[in-house]
Amino acid sequence: MNNELLNELTFFVLAVFVGIEVISKVPTMLHTPLMSGTNAIHGIILVGALLIAAGANSPVTIVLGLLAVVLATTNVVGGFVVTDRMLEMFKGRQTTRTPEATKTK
Amino acid sequence: MSTVLTLAYLLAAVLFILGLKQLSSPKTARNGNYTAAVGMVIALAATVPQLRFTSAGAIIVLIGVVIGAAVGTIGARQVKMTAIPQMVALFNGAGGGAAALVAVAELLKFGTHPAFSEALPSVFSIVVGSVSFAGSLVAFAKLQELMTGTPITYPGQQLVNGLLAAAIIGFVIAVLAIASIPFSFLALMLLALILGVAFVLPIGGADMPVVISLLNAFTGLAVAASGFTLNNFALIVAGTLVGASGSLLTKLMSDAMGRSLGNVLFGAFGQVQKTTGAAAGKEGRAVRTGSIEDLATLLAYSRRVIVVPGYGLAVAQAQHAVRELADLLEKRGVEVSYAIHPVAGRMPGHMNVLLAEANVPYEQLKEMDEINDEFKDADVVLVVGANDVVNPAARNTPGSPIYGMPILNADQAKTIVFMKRSMRPGFAGIDNELMYDPKTIMLFGDAKDSLTKLANAVKAA
Repeated sequence: MNNELLNELTFFVLAVFVGIEVISKVPTMLHTPLMSGTNAIHGIILVGALLIAAGANSPVTIVLGLLAVVLATTNVVGGFVVTDRMLEMFKGRQTTRTPEATKTK
Repeated sequence: MSTVLTLAYLLAAVLFILGLKQLSSPKTARNGNYTAAVGMVIALAATVPQLRFTSAGAIIVLIGVVIGAAVGTIGARQVKMTAIPQMVALFNGAGGGAAALVAVAELLKFGTHPAFSEALPSVFSIVVGSVSFAGSLVAFAKLQELMTGTPITYPGQQLVNGLLAAAIIGFVIAVLAIASIPFSFLALMLLALILGVAFVLPIGGADMPVVISLLNAFTGLAVAASGFTLNNFALIVAGTLVGASGSLLTKLMSDAMGRSLGNVLFGAFGQVQKTTGAAAGKEGRAVRTGSIEDLATLLAYSRRVIVVPGYGLAVAQAQHAVRELADLLEKRGVEVSYAIHPVAGRMPGHMNVLLAEANVPYEQLKEMDEINDEFKDADVVLVVGANDVVNPAARNTPGSPIYGMPILNADQAKTIVFMKRSMRPGFAGIDNELMYDPKTIMLFGDAKDSLTKLANAVKAA
């Protein structure tokens, strides 16, 4: 095994542990936003899509590159925006009751 | 890799990790999403100067990014709150497809005899990315009700799936050991797409959130594999983070339903006939219905009312109407709380989000474990558009698809008011014994409409 591959394996193994550790205490109501947030993060495949699309020089690579960039960009942009829409609902958490309701109780 | 690029990727990785950490706490969740997005922008901004564009390449990157950004933004902005889970499935499928395509492009570049350490992650990415792509589309179709949400099974299904898996392994070996030619890895992609469809078909619509979470983890791993192929640190770290946290999240989600992941994924086999037979036998049984005025009086003179919201509440957009009714009851001194089942709605947290939107005080929302002992003291349980989460079959009927799922003990209350559009079974496709309980009063109609009428009648009571 060459040095680069060994490095990559190291990153991989450490990232597995970090990935598990970092979300181990998530409450149920955040399961879906968290799924959606991680969904946006794997949109990093856009980096890979850009690498292959930029150097496209044949009909096959042009088609592959274009499709990959479209799909990956959709994943990144849509992923972050939809997660934000879900989480924006969580902000109105404080009791915003009308004064009358509290008085008459 | 240049120093700047490496440092930028390191910074991005740190931001992803911090973002995930913040996403797992309600107070910081929204910032967590921004943190991760900043990480993404940094990784992309650092990559672009490294690209050596051909003229065709520059054009397709520009077109691709514009189209993708437009589709992503419009899709995410326009989608209704109720349809968000299937939107996440679509975005996830897009990522899986992109990972598979990147791997195909790399394999084409490597020639007929690529190094094993390059070819292995490439074929992995093709297979897993394609399964995720096709599986996500099926999950989308099930949730969007473009196809039936009930499990689809046929005789010999396991054999067919087994043969598919065997054929995929055969082609993997062919690519790795014999020759990496376009025919082999395109066939591999096609077979993996079929496997993705075949994998999700036998899973019921109610289990789709778990499936989407699993496919999300798959895409993460496919992205990490593409990172090995491209020798790209950012892809490896981010993809692996998602693969690992996504796998754990999948397990947490199936735990919340009181089921093992194996039961969610493969539970449909051999069970479907039994339950449909049982459901058919119950048709035509009488249920009790009540008038709006009767129910309003019942509610107005109760001491304790527990509301059980479900997907029907979301569909009818009845969250404001339910809060109005609750406020009226509270004014009359009735104690109102909401029982939130972990999988109520079509995604965990769905009900919290909806009710928070209607400014329902946080203290009134009770999680299942917290409130389950209080049902026996409740005068009225108001079931609004929920079904499977109060179905006693989960406790009493071994062989039912939801057997073993923890449920809300709504059946222990003195009276159960069941608001429903029709007698149609819930999303799991099974009959609900609770509707035939002598203590239960059915109130048919649109949830929002019924709640508004109830509120008016309570004012008069």
